[in-house]
Amino acid sequence: MGMTMIEKILAAHSDQDQVKPGEIVNARVDMVLGNDITAPVAVKEFNKIGVDRVFDKERIALVPDHFAPNKDIKAAEQVKVVREFAQKHDITNYFEVGQMGIEHVLLPEKGLTLPGEIIIGADSHTCTYGALGALGTGVGSTDMAAAMATGKAWFKVPPTIKIVYSGELKPHVSGKDLILYTIGKIGVDGALYKAMEFTGEAIENLSMDGRMTMSNMAIEAGGKAGLIAADEKTESYLEDRAQREYTIVKPDSDAEYEQVIEIDVSQIEPQVAFPSLPENTKGLNEITEKIEIHQSVIGSCTNGRIEDLRAAAEIFKGQKVHKNVRCLVFPGTQAIYKQAMHEGLFDIFIDAGAAVSTPTCGPCLGGHMGILADGERAISTTNRNFVGRMGSTSSEVYLASPAVAAASAIKGHIAGPEEVK
Amino acid sequence: MKLKGKVFKYGDNVDTDVIIPARYLNSSTPENLAAHCMEDIDKNFADEVSEGDIIVGGKNFGSGSSREHAPLAIKYAGVSCVVAESFARIFYRNSINIGLPILECPEAAKAAEAGDELEVDIDNGEIKNMRTGESYQAVPFPPFMQEIIKDGGLIEHVKKELV
Repeated sequence: MGMTMIEKILAAHSDQDQVKPGEIVNARVDMVLGNDITAPVAVKEFNKIGVDRVFDKERIALVPDHFAPNKDIKAAEQVKVVREFAQKHDITNYFEVGQMGIEHVLLPEKGLTLPGEIIIGADSHTCTYGALGALGTGVGSTDMAAAMATGKAWFKVPPTIKIVYSGELKPHVSGKDLILYTIGKIGVDGALYKAMEFTGEAIENLSMDGRMTMSNMAIEAGGKAGLIAADEKTESYLEDRAQREYTIVKPDSDAEYEQVIEIDVSQIEPQVAFPSLPENTKGLNEITEKIEIHQSVIGSCTNGRIEDLRAAAEIFKGQKVHKNVRCLVFPGTQAIYKQAMHEGLFDIFIDAGAAVSTPTCGPCLGGHMGILADGERAISTTNRNFVGRMGSTSSEVYLASPAVAAASAIKGHIAGPEEVK
Repeated sequence: MKLKGKVFKYGDNVDTDVIIPARYLNSSTPENLAAHCMEDIDKNFADEVSEGDIIVGGKNFGSGSSREHAPLAIKYAGVSCVVAESFARIFYRNSINIGLPILECPEAAKAAEAGDELEVDIDNGEIKNMRTGESYQAVPFPPFMQEIIKDGGLIEHVKKELV
């Protein structure tokens, strides 16, 4: 019997020929990740185990990105715990402010997450690495601690939902719109305890940046992973980056799927997810009311890559951010920051009246750098629009693509790119 | 072991952002987290909860962020266990790993009302609603997870394996 991608990866990492949904396996992990919020708890738990060394100092990544650059004294203390742990154990992949970026943009860029691998991270958006054909999945701090000691983690083999995207995208429709549309269709628990495989010609035609946006939000449908089989695009993306040898894993042709969903992307409009769940999606053409906004956030682990910044800049060119809107742009990493700067994107943003920040998760989770007051409304390229996510519990977050967030910033209300020109 | 407590009832998709808002995540001290538990959907929770009380949720309880601070906040607020129609997967594993009993039981979760008293046998998964007298059977944990629970959480389990 054939296996799905996740079944093959879990079997290979637990030295088995075959695994089936429902089985529990104890699998080797190739990379263990933590950030400044989750790693301090993991360090405390790691120290309780009583081992004096980590399983492999090159296979742990520590990225202070959530409240970094340190937003207050308490946050500074948390980062200090992570930094001191990294120094004590000589962790190769510790990324200090100045080299760091938003973890899920940074790790693929550094070639630390590779096809066929298992990456666990104490951050729910670790599923981003599915875009490289890896099993990336979010865990908690205790799982992270145990894996730092043992190099292993337990997994229940999940059933897989295969989603086939066919057809050609309309202008200004991106990976973000595809994943929002998908979550709108299956719901925030539509893939609970399950893996998803994204496939079809529309996925093949999508850039690596667009694929990472899609896999990033697998968790917003409750999924354990959102996998995309590696192809020539993946290989060429990894050409000068990959830090290790890797083996591409593709699903068997006779793999068994719990469900197959077919989506014709040529029918999909740019999507907006209304508060307070990512499943509350509407196509722009279905929005009849005028929804005024006070803030537009462009960036994050979902949409902080160069293609995202280019899409926003294309809309902002020669335009101005509306006088009632604060527009904040967050490049995902230092390399993306530099590239965007050299491409002249910062000139466009700044001339339009948008602020450009150093990489941080800051506003996405209501941490810092763009908190909302009572009753304020934001359009955001981030991944969650829960109650109070970006600040006050009476504030609201609408999720959309960089192009829609940029167009909305210009118009002062939720608007599509077509309305700007 | 049998647990008995008063029900705090919530709906579907209770996410970890409302269980413990990110603005409090600059600390990982369990007592600090507990003081703000459920604050964004139930301002009075931390004041009203008593040792042993039980949270009952709908579908997809604990969705969103992987923050282990969420089950920690619930545990240190004094909650003895969480019963829900279903749990988000990271919250599910985090709870087992830190030793917060959770039970998946759609029937019991739907029938329970705020203020009801539940008696929960965490060994066999039996849930009894003392108001209605009805009993329910929760989905049992696979043997591997029972082992982690028996060892008192993942760290103790790993210790046993490594030492």
